[in-house]
Amino acid sequence: MSTFTNIGAIVRKEWQHYFGSPIAYAALFTWNALFSVFFLFALNYFLEASMNPGGGMGGPPKPNINEWIFRPTLMNMAVVVLFVTPMLTMRLFAEEQRQGTWELLATSAITDWQIVLGKFFGAASVLALMIATSLLNFVVVFAYAEPKPEWKPVLTGALALLLMGCCFIALGAFLSTLTKNQIVAGILSFCLFLGIWTLSWLDNPMSSDPIKALAYLGVTGHMEDMVKGVIDSKDVIFYLSFIGFGLFLTQQSVESRRWRE
Amino acid sequence: MIEVADLRKSYGRFDAVSGVSFTVGRGEILGFLGPNGAGKTTTMRILTGFMAATSGRATVAGYDVFKSPLEAKRSLGYLPEVPPVYPDLDVTSYLDFCARIKGVPSADRKAKIDRAIEKARLGDVRHKLIGRLSKGFRQRVGIAQAILADPPVLILDEPTAGLDPQQIIETRDLIKSLGGDHTIILSTHILPEVSMTCNRVVIISKGKVVAEDTPENLTARLSSKGAVRLEVRAETRDAFDALRDVEGIVTVNPRGSSSGNTVLELQAEDGVDIRAAAARAIVNANIDLLSLSQVSLSLEDVFLELTTKDAVAISEVAPAKPPIFTPIAATEAPPLPPAVTPAQDAEAKESN
Repeated sequence: MSTFTNIGAIVRKEWQHYFGSPIAYAALFTWNALFSVFFLFALNYFLEASMNPGGGMGGPPKPNINEWIFRPTLMNMAVVVLFVTPMLTMRLFAEEQRQGTWELLATSAITDWQIVLGKFFGAASVLALMIATSLLNFVVVFAYAEPKPEWKPVLTGALALLLMGCCFIALGAFLSTLTKNQIVAGILSFCLFLGIWTLSWLDNPMSSDPIKALAYLGVTGHMEDMVKGVIDSKDVIFYLSFIGFGLFLTQQSVESRRWRE
Repeated sequence: MIEVADLRKSYGRFDAVSGVSFTVGRGEILGFLGPNGAGKTTTMRILTGFMAATSGRATVAGYDVFKSPLEAKRSLGYLPEVPPVYPDLDVTSYLDFCARIKGVPSADRKAKIDRAIEKARLGDVRHKLIGRLSKGFRQRVGIAQAILADPPVLILDEPTAGLDPQQIIETRDLIKSLGGDHTIILSTHILPEVSMTCNRVVIISKGKVVAEDTPENLTARLSSKGAVRLEVRAETRDAFDALRDVEGIVTVNPRGSSSGNTVLELQAEDGVDIRAAAARAIVNANIDLLSLSQVSLSLEDVFLELTTKDAVAISEVAPAKPPIFTPIAATEAPPLPPAVTPAQDAEAKESN
């Protein structure tokens, strides 16, 4: 009972920080602006392709909306997650350390895990809000397209984006516990996320097994099926264990402060 | 309510706290005194569960802070050295957050917040952003946070730091009014604060407890060694000569001279009142006596005595300056005392 109210209190406070400062608005703006740009490009390509003659008999099949609009937009947004999540995570713990408010949290009747989870869900819910608002762009397509495109791949794609973002948030939270300076935390997070991102480039049929294993850790590879509308349990498990590991590191780092101080 | 037994905290080879023990009874206000770096904040941080001790035991309200940290934390309110406030929240929403993480039931929340705001006199600023408040107000927000959940134990690290004199008086009154229901530890280096608010004092220096008593007893134990301060219109040396044969004087220390006036401090033997004899001797030597007063040692003197030397017991406290002039033993004329310069004077004050 009190576990949930404690976590809820932290989530609530994180929202007050996000929306009491320009951070949330900057993140929402960047996200939605880039989303609409990518969406517009995809829409244009699609329109050009469907104007092509030969859509009828004998020519190439008519372009599919899901494949031509939704999928590329969501995959492009995965790159934006990389830029936006450090904005959400860099201050999570660094700022508490700098302000001295960590002393309040650490001496209140709340466990380290509750603090860590509260902060994680606080940041993750802002990301969820960003994704949800941007999906409104697709409403136009659903309103006018004939035949109606499938909505399930859109939802699973959005879920994939959220899960991937949560991996970065968990890791970013950990990096934020390592320093008092949120800028340092932000830069570290961004570099690490970029490193993880490039891992998936290693994946090609020619590479050796250890390289393939490394490529498996690249978080984007696990999105592809989900964006197509297929939820494979191995991808979900991958994301959840990645998040769990990040949160575990965060909690360990927070707890070790009691001995390091 | 609070028990600390042989608490130690070391950083590598450096001991921040080395074997501190004390207890605080229910309703007591304990003053925690010591120079900067003595280990006050470290001890308080261990008591509040903010950091772990290297060894030793600490219990708050019957709960061991290492074994059952949550129960111990639930029964204490803590004001750290720097008030732990979020500049981007307003006072009410900050206190609302604190109430939530301190486990105040939602039905009581509003009443408790109002009570804390009233007690810390934050009514006028309750909807202002904390970042816009002055340091004094932030400190009061910190105090409001500590008393918010009405815990039985309060640990206040320099509660009056950064306040103006009016606020300091108000805060002291607040702390006094909280004593009785609450057990309070407060640290400070403002000594009058201790004599005004605390029932008991623990003086800590270099990580060790060097004295523990009531403020009255601490000063009383040294004021039996009370000194007499004389101001005369004469050269230092003439005044020395005049006082040489007065019985009961142990030492005579010059405390400065200007434009022909000399200030001397006479240390008497225990329990001997030398005022009358000293006055008579000065007048008989045809020297103008300008003033004469008993110097009772303040808590400041006790504190300096205890913390500037290596852990000495109070009974062993000796005059800081070696005797310059010992009338009973002197068979020859005493050496000419050095001319007292302002620098030496300052030094003499410091070492005393």
